[in-house]
Amino acid sequence: MIFKKIFSTALVITLVGSLLAACSNNNNDKGASPSSSAPEASKPAAESSSASPETKTPQEFRFTLASDPPSLDPALMIDAQSAIVASGLYVGLTRLNSAGSPEPAIAKEWTMSDDGKTYTFKLRDDVKWSNGDPVTAHDFEYSWKRVLAAETASDYAYMLFYLENGEKYNAGEVDASQVGVKALDDYTLEVKLYTPAPYFNSLVAHFTYLPVHKASVDGKPEWAADASTMVTNGPFTLTEWAHGDKLVLTKNPNYYDAAKVSFDKATISLVEEESTVYSLFETDKIDWIGAQAGSVPNDRVPGLVKEGKAEIKTIASTYYYLFNTKQKPFDNVKIRKAFSMSIDRQSVIDNVTKANQTPAFGLIPPSINGMDGKSFRELYPDSGYSTENVDEAKKLLAEGLAESGLKKFPETTVLYNTSEGHKAIAEALIDMWRKNLGVELKLSNQEWGTFLETRKAGQFGIARAGWGADFNHAINFSYDLIHPKSANNDGKYDNQEVGKALDDSLLAKDEKSRLDLIAKAEKIALSDDMAVLPIYYYTTVTMKKDGFEDVVSDYAGNLDWAFGKKN
Amino acid sequence: MIRYISKKFAFMIISLFCLVTATFILMNAVPGSPLQKEKATSEQIQKNLEAYYGLDKPLITQYGIYMKNLVHFDLGISMKKKFQAVDKIISDSFKYSLKLGIASVITSVIVGCILGIIAAMYHRKMLDNLSMIIAVIGLSIPSLVMAPMLQYLLAVKIRAFEVAGLNGPLDYVLPTIALSSASIAFIARLIRSTMIEVLNADFIKTAKSKGLAGHLIVWRHALRNSMLPVVTFLGFLMANVITGSVIIEKIFAIPGLGKFFVQSVSDRDYPLIMGITIFYAVILMISRLLADIAYVLVDPRIRISGGKVGK
Repeated sequence: MIFKKIFSTALVITLVGSLLAACSNNNNDKGASPSSSAPEASKPAAESSSASPETKTPQEFRFTLASDPPSLDPALMIDAQSAIVASGLYVGLTRLNSAGSPEPAIAKEWTMSDDGKTYTFKLRDDVKWSNGDPVTAHDFEYSWKRVLAAETASDYAYMLFYLENGEKYNAGEVDASQVGVKALDDYTLEVKLYTPAPYFNSLVAHFTYLPVHKASVDGKPEWAADASTMVTNGPFTLTEWAHGDKLVLTKNPNYYDAAKVSFDKATISLVEEESTVYSLFETDKIDWIGAQAGSVPNDRVPGLVKEGKAEIKTIASTYYYLFNTKQKPFDNVKIRKAFSMSIDRQSVIDNVTKANQTPAFGLIPPSINGMDGKSFRELYPDSGYSTENVDEAKKLLAEGLAESGLKKFPETTVLYNTSEGHKAIAEALIDMWRKNLGVELKLSNQEWGTFLETRKAGQFGIARAGWGADFNHAINFSYDLIHPKSANNDGKYDNQEVGKALDDSLLAKDEKSRLDLIAKAEKIALSDDMAVLPIYYYTTVTMKKDGFEDVVSDYAGNLDWAFGKKN
Repeated sequence: MIRYISKKFAFMIISLFCLVTATFILMNAVPGSPLQKEKATSEQIQKNLEAYYGLDKPLITQYGIYMKNLVHFDLGISMKKKFQAVDKIISDSFKYSLKLGIASVITSVIVGCILGIIAAMYHRKMLDNLSMIIAVIGLSIPSLVMAPMLQYLLAVKIRAFEVAGLNGPLDYVLPTIALSSASIAFIARLIRSTMIEVLNADFIKTAKSKGLAGHLIVWRHALRNSMLPVVTFLGFLMANVITGSVIIEKIFAIPGLGKFFVQSVSDRDYPLIMGITIFYAVILMISRLLADIAYVLVDPRIRISGGKVGK
């Protein structure tokens, strides 16, 4: 018994002792952490002070991405995460400013031929690769042909199908010399297009058009998977890539416009969990959340916006539902209209999505450019496309069912890819349809890959869809989504008049008539035919630490950070 | 012993072969493909991609190529993380999962044993109840809740620890607690129940009546015999925790293996799915084997009979 007592006391002492030890360890660490992080902080300072004579505090910008960029090779990039990192590593012929308009970058000027099919770019002669080699027109010729080459197996090769023979070269039908891009001399690049594309100067800012360094890339497909083998030409170079953990970008002293670059360093941590991203921001470990670089947890958005801590900005993406127009009941236009008219989009936004999205009646989002400094939506508002009117909707549904010879509304499924957010929206809409139209729809969710296959195969009544911009032009939201031949038209909406208007828009003589044709097509598809059910235009919620300037969400909703500064 | 191990080893190879084949078939049977994108590309682009990754060949040929490469320990290259070798992805991320896993196993065993012993020795007394309450709490709060709670209280509010990452030794504290709580509870209950049983066994009574000191009874006889089920459990635990916990890794932003396993499946990244599955299988089989061996070492009865059978 005495032993038991001693033993238990000893145990208690050890337990308490270990707890105390843990606590005192913390204290030690707290005390030590400023001193241990100090040498790290002083390192870049020493570097920058030796590089430039004027002393300034080192500027670092820190943010998160959800996971490793799948690739940092411009030819193979396909996603926003890669694009955000690449915007610091590369510079192309032009660069989009935060409003989404092209500005000269490597190309100091360009001319377009009268037929709109030939572009001639004059390149700056002072642009260098990070290894010191000059960036020339030949690099662009090489890089673009590399994207198109079948053996590169680039997903985004179609971005370069604008080039004459681009698509044929990709299919191996012609050889590389017949592709419509040619370096006339070291600093002149001539581009021949198969069709007029007045927005080509904006297209060349897209990541697929970025140049690569031939000697570092040729025969080394793995060149962009490691920091040590990457040669780039942008404002920053990749100095560290700990896969799955973080990327560190350091200011590139060889950059031609280095005076414009304020940050000395950018640290990108890879953090998937939203609440963790937010905690990192709270504890001053990162400077930015939002615009594909982490997202503010949904439940916190209204509060943070009210306190003025978070900002909401509209982005070039549309959230919509596809109707299966080849199948009952949604092969009937009146039934489609009834479904669109019987929902309350603002209520979905206020109660479910809660980030001040804009109700959508068209497909082309508000941040897409129109002309003369006005956005497309300012010139062609979507407000008249359809109205929300429950009584009218009931009438249309009854008429539509009669026309289709249906006694009652058939069993129909709303399909979405598994996500709490999509589920909540679908439930809200199903509830509205139940209350307003008296119809019952089933909800079905599938994991992403399966969902895409099911949707492509047309096995749905209604399916969720979303579309984000590849480039800043209305054609990207019309031709791709409602053209009868578009491979993205999963609802199989087929109106030849829409197809013709969109085909004509590509050949239009001037921008005004082009936009008119696009607006006409959109109006037919969404006002007359209700081909798809637009719900809202996306927004992004962003937060940044005090003192940072010119780090913003760009028109498409991707973080634009490379030319930011800290005051 | 050698014969015992080599037999186990042969079984391992056969199971591995079955597993690889089954995974290969199932993976290809699941709808979706690694080349699928939300935005449609041209048919030609899809063809180029298929040719590039060899997916245009008949499935049986693909299987043959994979098996051939596997025999040469070549796991291939990820289809989604462009040009990152699968074995490098695994080795880079496994080192984090391994370190965290070992920390968690050690914590589980030490804390679990202590709690279990206390509970057994003070059976139906206050200390017993207290340690069982701790154990039940640990078992019933899922790590999904425990991890963010620890993170919020200790890293955001008190700021005693970092929110995320594994850069210093202190960064291990929160994820280790979150990762170990359930296994601590399990071990504590295991030890308690077997130890109560053992403490009532005849040979303990004999030892007591011989006048053996209390602590000697606990350490030399009771604990050793109570450890048997724990050792069995350790095999599973080891394989479970060192291969990474998806939830813990996600919440504490640890670049471990767990998240790749989940991600590779939703990405349909065939080479990565295969690579990680094989790796998991090997880890699991090896830890089972080690557990079997440890079993023999701990339990004299198995050692004796095993020896006889062996001869």
